[in-house]
Amino acid sequence: MTGRDTRVLVVDDEEIVRESLGGWLREDGFEVDSAPDGKSAVERMKAERWNVMLVDLKMPGMDGLQVLEEARKLQPDAAIIMMTAYATVDTAVTAMKLGAFDYLVKPFDPEELSILMQKVVTQQSLVRENAVLRKALKKEHRFRDLVSKSPAMQRVFELAQVAARSNSTILVLGESGSGKEVLARTIHEESPRSQGPFVAMSCAALTETLLESELFGHERGAFTGATGRRKGKFEAASGGTLFLDEIGDISPKLQLDLLRVLEERKVQRVGGNEPVDVDVRIVAATNKDLRKAVADGTFREDLYYRLNVIPVTLPPLRERKEDVPLLVEHFLDRLEAEMKKRVKVSPEAMSALLAHDWPGNVRELRNVLERGAVVAQGDVMKPSDLGLAPAPARAPGTNAPGEPPSLEEVEKRHVAEVLAHTGGNVTQAARLLGIDRVTLYNKIRKFQLRRDGEEPDPAGG
Amino acid sequence: MEAIHLWWIGDGDPGPRTLEHVRNHLARALGLPVRVFEDPARPADAWDARRKQWSTSRILAWLAHAGPPGKVLAVTDQDLFIPILTFVFGEAQLDGRAAVVSTARLGEPGLPDPRVALERLAKEAVHEVGHCFGLVHCDSPGCVMGRSSTARDVDRKRGEFCSRCRDHVSRRGGGA
Repeated sequence: MTGRDTRVLVVDDEEIVRESLGGWLREDGFEVDSAPDGKSAVERMKAERWNVMLVDLKMPGMDGLQVLEEARKLQPDAAIIMMTAYATVDTAVTAMKLGAFDYLVKPFDPEELSILMQKVVTQQSLVRENAVLRKALKKEHRFRDLVSKSPAMQRVFELAQVAARSNSTILVLGESGSGKEVLARTIHEESPRSQGPFVAMSCAALTETLLESELFGHERGAFTGATGRRKGKFEAASGGTLFLDEIGDISPKLQLDLLRVLEERKVQRVGGNEPVDVDVRIVAATNKDLRKAVADGTFREDLYYRLNVIPVTLPPLRERKEDVPLLVEHFLDRLEAEMKKRVKVSPEAMSALLAHDWPGNVRELRNVLERGAVVAQGDVMKPSDLGLAPAPARAPGTNAPGEPPSLEEVEKRHVAEVLAHTGGNVTQAARLLGIDRVTLYNKIRKFQLRRDGEEPDPAGG
Repeated sequence: MEAIHLWWIGDGDPGPRTLEHVRNHLARALGLPVRVFEDPARPADAWDARRKQWSTSRILAWLAHAGPPGKVLAVTDQDLFIPILTFVFGEAQLDGRAAVVSTARLGEPGLPDPRVALERLAKEAVHEVGHCFGLVHCDSPGCVMGRSSTARDVDRKRGEFCSRCRDHVSRRGGGA
């Protein structure tokens, strides 16, 4: 065994130990440096990367356990070996609990030290190999912000990459929360228009008049409250990409207006007479079956064909469960950057995530992990931290067995189910329930529901 | 071609064969003349009364000024230690001129053939002098520069350098 490429930091207040151990390790080809106390060890950890640290347990000032705790935070991949002249089971157990790689009693038996260093070199080469593989895998399973290894999504990535290079209209189909806007943004970033603006607009959130004004802009005095001229989203997106979400929800009048814009590449502000040239690439999205809407007569066929130039369908998460661990890793990376805290998912919690059906798709998964990271005690998420909504069929009622539920109870359960279905998207839930958002917020408050539809845990967990 | 000096600094009598065997072995492995240096001086300061062992770092420091010029390998029958380990077979100044090796742990009680311990001593002598030529431990199977933590480890090694270590020694003035 030789320790080439393995950097070792020896932390001990006794110079003779630092020299003697350093010399022994250098003979094995390790790159060795030393620190005389805990404080300078922490400085060295902040400045440089170490593979192995041999840390004396008993030092004046900052002791070995404190150094170990700092090392776990600053260099979690480094293997920490504790050294002590005073072997007690208690300190050994504490050190191991805190994440020490192993524990040695001074003076060491040469064979014991030799075997331990062999183990540590093997472990560190696995750590390195693992990091390289993870990086390669991440790269392979990514298309900018989209993460997937499922064959269906790989086809989506390929199609989107090709489509991005053209100027054609793209229609993104997929359930709520499946990542339609993320895909639209990705297409924009991959396109020659990436230097231009990306403007997103949900067509379901507003009334017809407001939506018309939002999309096309208005002239001063066009309607009550139009105190000045305002550019619409089409003009704002000029030179870039306009993402029109929930396109299946627009009124027949707006369908006609939109058709004209797509045909003529000009918009007319509300209350204006002069058409304005627009240079935008449209990416439209819907979770509705537009073909059926065309057949039903609720969506214009000519507009459908104008939009459906390059259709891209995002599969729901329940059809690509193999992506759950990859997405978990992706979102935990993001949460780590935001929260400055790395949270892991326990094997039991991962099983629960894999078993869930994800009606709210990737957005729901992201919300669940965000909640889990906040709620988790320590750095491991347990199943109870995830707060996954129970399956609707198994939703517990408060009525006595055999007794039919009250109207209020049925309403509460239904609201909770719809919220869970939309992954906490209140706008969509309100639309599905046929009520406005304010009413829905009132009901959420009244029934003490959370936005993702789950009832708060009475234990407060 | 600068000779390597071999110096018995032990307590007892090494016997006529011991130093001769080590000398022949060293000369063959390193391709350099090896001369036995005789002097009654001993590193009295290297004795550690608490550990009841001899400190190799103190022996090496002593050899640097008390020994003959050039590289010197001291051989002893006393038990050696470095502060961090319970014992060592020997130690050397990496890329330096002094090395020490001990017979104390190389011949366990009940060893059927005394030649086994002698063979181990020869191998560890070459190993320590190898460090003086700047060699670190080698993981080529059987190379004498392999790390030995037990006598069994020494038995598994050949008494010679692998081709890579031999080339290194040649570049540093060895004639191997």
